[in-house]
Amino acid sequence: MSGLVLKGVSREFGTVKAVNDVDLEVPNGRFVCLLGPSGCGKTTLLRMIAGLDVPTAGTISIDDEDITRQPTHKRNLGMVFQSLALFPHLTVGGNIAYALRIRGLSKEEQARRVEELLALVHLPGYADRPVAKLSGGQRQRVAIARALAVSPRLFLLDEPLSALDAKLREAMQVELRQLQQQLGITTIVVTHDQREAMTMADTVIVMQGGEIRQAASPVEIYRKPADTFVADFIGSTNLIDIARDGDRAVLLGRPAALTLPYGVSKATLSVRPEDVELTAPSSDLPEAKVTFVRDLGGAIEFFLDAGGTQVVAVTSPRARPEVAIGDRVGIRLDPTRSVVLTR
Amino acid sequence: MGRLLSRLYLALVGIFLAAPIVVVTGVSFNEKQNLAFPPQGFSLHWFAEIFVNPEWLRALVASVLLAVTSAALAVAIALPLAWFLWRRVAPWAQVFQLLGVAPFTLPPVITALGFLTFWATSGFYGQAWTAVIAHAIFFVTLPLVTLTLGFSSIDRSLTEAAATMGADDRTVFRTVVLPLILPYVVSGYAFAFVLSLNEYIVAYMTIGFVRETLPIKVFNALRYGYTPTMAAVSVLFVAVTAAVFGLIARFGDLPRLMGAMSSKD
Amino acid sequence: MRREPARGLVQHLPVIFPGLMLTVFFIVPFGTMVAVSFFRRQQGGFYVPDFVLANYARFLTPFFGNVLIFSLYLAIAVAVVSLIIAVPFTYLIARSRRMTQVIWLVALLSILSLSEVIIGFAWSTLLSRTAGITNLLVRLGLMEAPQALVPGFGAVLTGMVYQAMPYAVLVLYPSMVRLDPTLTEAARTLGASPLKAFFTVVLPALRTTLIATLIMAFIFALGSYLLPQILGRPSHWTLSVLITDQALYQSNMPFAAAMAVFLVLVSLALVALTMFAGKKLEA
Repeated sequence: MSGLVLKGVSREFGTVKAVNDVDLEVPNGRFVCLLGPSGCGKTTLLRMIAGLDVPTAGTISIDDEDITRQPTHKRNLGMVFQSLALFPHLTVGGNIAYALRIRGLSKEEQARRVEELLALVHLPGYADRPVAKLSGGQRQRVAIARALAVSPRLFLLDEPLSALDAKLREAMQVELRQLQQQLGITTIVVTHDQREAMTMADTVIVMQGGEIRQAASPVEIYRKPADTFVADFIGSTNLIDIARDGDRAVLLGRPAALTLPYGVSKATLSVRPEDVELTAPSSDLPEAKVTFVRDLGGAIEFFLDAGGTQVVAVTSPRARPEVAIGDRVGIRLDPTRSVVLTR
Repeated sequence: MGRLLSRLYLALVGIFLAAPIVVVTGVSFNEKQNLAFPPQGFSLHWFAEIFVNPEWLRALVASVLLAVTSAALAVAIALPLAWFLWRRVAPWAQVFQLLGVAPFTLPPVITALGFLTFWATSGFYGQAWTAVIAHAIFFVTLPLVTLTLGFSSIDRSLTEAAATMGADDRTVFRTVVLPLILPYVVSGYAFAFVLSLNEYIVAYMTIGFVRETLPIKVFNALRYGYTPTMAAVSVLFVAVTAAVFGLIARFGDLPRLMGAMSSKD
Repeated sequence: MRREPARGLVQHLPVIFPGLMLTVFFIVPFGTMVAVSFFRRQQGGFYVPDFVLANYARFLTPFFGNVLIFSLYLAIAVAVVSLIIAVPFTYLIARSRRMTQVIWLVALLSILSLSEVIIGFAWSTLLSRTAGITNLLVRLGLMEAPQALVPGFGAVLTGMVYQAMPYAVLVLYPSMVRLDPTLTEAARTLGASPLKAFFTVVLPALRTTLIATLIMAFIFALGSYLLPQILGRPSHWTLSVLITDQALYQSNMPFAAAMAVFLVLVSLALVALTMFAGKKLEA
């Protein structure tokens, strides 16, 4: 198939399996985010795709060409490192033209392309600036321009925005996404920030412990997480135990209209705080006491104690229920917006 | 109060360090051929003497030639070694690093003696190039230390970035590593050069009977006849060294070369 | 560029030249010297390959014992004094403005270009009775009559400390300048005066560098050959002076070599001892 394909890729360091038997397919032109907590193996995976590290098992291929053992400099990639790795001894233009220079392009060609790329990243005329005199955001853009100089077939970024402040980060996320759409280049970004992943990616790949937990679109990951790790890692969620009582499911002490998969006696229900509705206490709804209310301005959080289990509900200010700390309420959960998880 | 004490201390030590230079400079201005201090009379002709008197000129040329060549050889030994240790995983090569540091840590007379016995036994004693090799080995520590420092300060992700952009090993070395390591090559060379210029005993034991370098001549002059020329020589050397390192400071980052972290951002 | 062991001849190439040079021109001369120390000395200044311990046996004379002990004592004194002067000095420089640092660094590097002979000469003048410091002090009314401070132990010590200072400062500099300034600030918020902060925070943090500097100055001083002769009396002559004397003027190479080997062993032993003591302090 066309695109990037990983089959059974593993990377062991002694007894530690940093990456464990990963299968992945990234069609051409897609924007993919490798998302996970630190130590989950996402950077190791990216480095293997780049050729900076070699898998201890498995194969990596691009457009049906096996590149598993191919040295980095032959892979025709563009990569942005976490530290940006801008050459301190070259100017902005020198950095961007590097790939062109070592391929023997003429000075005029190099200059032309450099200007083209600077325009692309909104830094026109910066070619002669020394790298040390740039701001964080500007350095970021130079690193991006440099990576794209030879129109590579793969664009890899390792936590590219982690050094930027919050506002700039959010702006850059949008810009990166727009850039990728404009160029149509296959892009893989490693990040630990789930909002970043949700903003930029076509496909989010959640990793933990060297394995892929789920690979799907941001919306699907959010609405239908594959396991409790993903549910908890993306956004915030309530994870409530479901027990079996005969052939019925029991939730928060009350029978629930849920179907447990066959043969499963224990499961977890994931329901997002915005899908928890507070009503007046009722006999056929689970009951809880309000323990804490947090008014965040744009949203109101209610912390509830349902017989020992904490449940969090979130509403907008307009739909705010009239409850105070200490009140007893009923909890209504929308079955279409909650997910039963067996892992 | 603390500031005052600090300044005072720096000033005192500064005076201590400067005093000999003041003496030497003063002596070099003596009119007559004696080493009176404070100087009697004022004359600059001893400075000219270095270049006019054939004996002193010969010694000067010998010293400069020795310094230029041995410093170059020292760098030629240190650079590949330092690069190899940085580029490859090679615990066994650390032995060579130890060997590179050893000559300088031993008392010079030991090294001098070692070379003396070596050249005497091998029959090459007295040839000019024996001093070049002796000095190069003796001073190889300096470029080795500066280059090791330099390599360790290179961010490896720079080489990785270059590789992702299509540079093979040789290109990475040529376009990324070499430009970044150049200041350290220069400072290592400068150190070895300056120290070779003033080194006495190793030079003496290897070629002292055949050829005189300036330090040898100065010492002999001290023993057998005083002239202010030797003071003039010292002033000249100090001035040259100050100029060399001043230039390095002007065009480079001297504190960084001496071990500070980068002062930029 | 992955960091891996070197494979194949081409990848090992860079280390061949340095390796060869260092082996042939360092190990071999050193080895030769060790070998020569066991050779037998003949009349007339030659020596034949042999294995005798006679050269080493000459150490056991009281004369030698004295010279050795004096050499060690002098070297330790120089090392300690240099350290005491250099540490606060470097600390203050490291905390100065960048321009100030550059000026001091260039100055110190320039002093390196003073040869031992010139240093000896300059100090012999500065400490003389006719043109030295004491004359200045007499002029200022702080002393009655000028005194000759040279030759003497103090003169030798001063000269050697002077020679060691630039090296000590340049070795201490990297560590001092990289020291985290917030360490001393934290100490001060906890109630320590700047001086106290220096002794309780800075010095312990620099322990390894201090020991390294001490060792370096010690070895340096041990190798000093000219200054003891220029600034001191024969009783102040060190082992290095004797070695050179035997090698060049008495034409007794084997004995010189034996002394040299002995000197190296003693130095190594003292270095090992200092490092061991340093580790014990840590525990």
